[in-house]
Amino acid sequence: MATGTVSTFEDSLERLDVGWTRTSPEAVESTLAELIRGPAVGVALAESLSLPESVRRDPTPADLREAKTGVTMASLAIADYGSLVLESTPEGAEQVSLFPDLHVAVLYESDIVDGMEEAFSWLGPRLREGGTDGKSAILATGPSATADMGSLVRGAHGPKAVHVVIVADDEDENEAERVDE
Amino acid sequence: MSKSTSRNEKAEKIRRLMVTEGDAVATNTRGFNTGRYESVANLDDYEELKQEARAIKEDAIERLPELLEQVRETVEANGGTVYLANDAADANRYIREVCEDEAAERVVKSKSMTSEEIEVNEDLESAGIDVVETDLGEWVLQVADEAPSHIVAPAIHKSRQGIADLFNEVFADELDDPLETAEELTMFAREQLGEKIEGADVGMTGANFITADTGTLALVTSEGNARKSAVVPDTHVAVAGVEKIVPSVEDLQPFVELIGRSGTGQDITSYISLLTPPVESPPVDFADDETPIAEGSKSDRAFHLVLIDNGRLAMREDEQLKETLYCIRCSACSNVCANFQSVGGHAFGGETYSGGIATGWEAGIEGLDTAAEFNDLCTGCSRCVEACPVGIDIPWINTVVRDRINRGESSEFDWLVDGLTPDEESGGMDLGKRFFGNFSTVAKVGSATAPLSNWVAQTSVARTAMERVLGIDRRRELPAFQRQTLVKWFDTRGGSRVDAADATREAVLYPDLYTNHVQVERGQAAVRALEALDVHVRIPDISSSGRAPLSQGMIATAEQHAHEVYGALAEHVDAERDIVVVEPSDLAMFDREYEKFLPAKSHERLSEHSYEVMEYLYGLLHNGGDASVLRNAGDRSAETDAVAYHSHCQQRTLGLEGHTVAVLENLGYDVLTSETECCGMAGSFGYKSEYYELSMDVGSRLQDQFTAPEGQGRTVVASGTSCLEQLDALLSRPTQHPVELVAPK
Repeated sequence: MATGTVSTFEDSLERLDVGWTRTSPEAVESTLAELIRGPAVGVALAESLSLPESVRRDPTPADLREAKTGVTMASLAIADYGSLVLESTPEGAEQVSLFPDLHVAVLYESDIVDGMEEAFSWLGPRLREGGTDGKSAILATGPSATADMGSLVRGAHGPKAVHVVIVADDEDENEAERVDE
Repeated sequence: MSKSTSRNEKAEKIRRLMVTEGDAVATNTRGFNTGRYESVANLDDYEELKQEARAIKEDAIERLPELLEQVRETVEANGGTVYLANDAADANRYIREVCEDEAAERVVKSKSMTSEEIEVNEDLESAGIDVVETDLGEWVLQVADEAPSHIVAPAIHKSRQGIADLFNEVFADELDDPLETAEELTMFAREQLGEKIEGADVGMTGANFITADTGTLALVTSEGNARKSAVVPDTHVAVAGVEKIVPSVEDLQPFVELIGRSGTGQDITSYISLLTPPVESPPVDFADDETPIAEGSKSDRAFHLVLIDNGRLAMREDEQLKETLYCIRCSACSNVCANFQSVGGHAFGGETYSGGIATGWEAGIEGLDTAAEFNDLCTGCSRCVEACPVGIDIPWINTVVRDRINRGESSEFDWLVDGLTPDEESGGMDLGKRFFGNFSTVAKVGSATAPLSNWVAQTSVARTAMERVLGIDRRRELPAFQRQTLVKWFDTRGGSRVDAADATREAVLYPDLYTNHVQVERGQAAVRALEALDVHVRIPDISSSGRAPLSQGMIATAEQHAHEVYGALAEHVDAERDIVVVEPSDLAMFDREYEKFLPAKSHERLSEHSYEVMEYLYGLLHNGGDASVLRNAGDRSAETDAVAYHSHCQQRTLGLEGHTVAVLENLGYDVLTSETECCGMAGSFGYKSEYYELSMDVGSRLQDQFTAPEGQGRTVVASGTSCLEQLDALLSRPTQHPVELVAPK
């Protein structure tokens, strides 16, 4: 990750009107607790990161319908665009990031790449490798939006707002674990 | 039905759409178009990405049979099913059977033009299945029972107020207060559609791209309805044309960067879904809403990829229509098009597709008759060529289809234009087209008999006959032919006044049809400007470029002109003489279309040695030419220093607008440039009675800019003949070619 990538990413989020918070792995739980509006649903984050107790895991359809906030991991982010790569999982990460009005995405700082080319170099092998997850992903850029009703409105079918929690890396562990190249 | 009746009907339809839908379409498409310019300007490697995207499509269509097989393998390995449907009926039967096997009562759909093409909604509804469009724009149209007018923003022709009125009427029982703002309308739709999605049995999507290596669908969306439609019901049907396949996931990258920018002017849309169905996300059963969704799994899911041929594999074998298959349906060619901006897709479109590229799609899928209904609305201005992210020569496809349509027509009045039409066409095409296509002969006769020919042509008897038989609108002033052509004038004055031996360069000034017969003054000005900079000029009597017949779809005739022109110019090129062209549409012929007619080497040589006159002057000045010998600066008062300049559409596509501006500025002019893509005249287009009002509507934007405070009072210059004619009709000020401001008197 080149210097400047993170600040480029933050500039892109600014442009998209997407909020962000930088935090440490230990403080993820408390950071999230402050950001979420209840009721909240979530799927398990990376192993060393905790969800607040108030976030309902293993949601039911009724939970999805009622939830105001959904918390998921983002596998990758693209600095130039402010995009997040949200991978689908058997636990329902896709639904959790989609139904509630606020989507809070948790992202390791080291998973921010510069541009679309780097993102697709990562996505190609990832989508080809098979297995039970990692075969579908959404490139999500800002909240859901439509201009079909005469002017731009956020929250057409999906979230009205997105917030990114950027987690500083525990360099040794995460570099080895998450960055393939 | 007679020609003039059908012309009247067409004029009436266009008039009605301009009134009812024109304003909304114009505002939206021009917003998208401006957004495109801004968004692509932020890409450092825009041209490289376009070339990459083009190369991927060329390769994918070339290898389509092999990629189809690969997609079948990868999708089946994932646990899905692939069905290759020959045509719409075949596809609909398959989809209906899938729904019936699932005992489906409701299908929720995300936006898909291909599903519009096969009319699957109607088919499923006739089987008693409820079909709900969940894209907000599509849903508005479903409620209104209307067809899309734009391939990306289907309800672009409807205003916020129009949608509010519609909802307030249709949903009166469910509304306490009438809906008014875009926010209220969106939230109401979200709520209504959310319920429909919760109870859906089957989700149907399209696909913008399909990757052969993984069987992944890429969906380009913004609302989130495609995500919900794909993930909530346990059965997913995706409908896509066979041309949507690309080899690998990595190949998606340039398209992801280009598609939103090219279409609505967004750097990227909110969601690019990369779904490899059946997806691992568990289905969501809202009927059993207390069971955690994770108890469901991928094994509960079914996925059907329905690939549609419906004429596409035949288009792949058609050397001319094949390029259409590269289209990624971004809508750039609609948004950039001046005519589309005025009328929208309900006039500029066929059964399903709209905009410039629709001619290719409709000709290949529905047939020539459907394409013929709107093909004339492409004026060949070529502004879409550089806007297209995969570089499709859309005007050429329109020309080819026009040619094919021409060959299918016949007329009782053929004898009337026969004497004036020494063309290469088999008989029977539209008389008006044949007349305009043979304008070089008309001009020769016109000059030879001027001014009598002009007086006769202007009589009301003649104008009535011309309108009835040829479709020339009597509200247009006809070009006045000059008795003394440019070639004759040049001969009479004794050729060039700069001796070849003393000249810095030698140039051939190409006597294009209009400069030679109608706007002789600009040719004379060009000669004076060139000679002032020590250029030895020649003006040989050379055939017209073939632009006129080409714009009428008379390809064989145009090709004949190309051979004649090249034959006449080749020796000059060999003698290291530069070819200087005044009329931009003729230079564009040499540069672009002659590539189709001449051997590659010949085309390259001619193209390399040809220059637009202002581009050439720019080059001369840049290489040390003395600007002080141009323009009689002392003769002019201060206010004439301000110039309003309208470049020519094809000149812009060639990237030559800037040279004129630079030369004018170099000589002390303050230049305001026009913001419109095209003046609306577009050669013969604005003369045709069915298009006269549309042409004036398109021109009104230019009129507005040049009569606004910033433009009013400026000397008006334009590079193209037809632009000058249009400006004469729109403005009360005289107009001229920029070279007339530059040449010494």
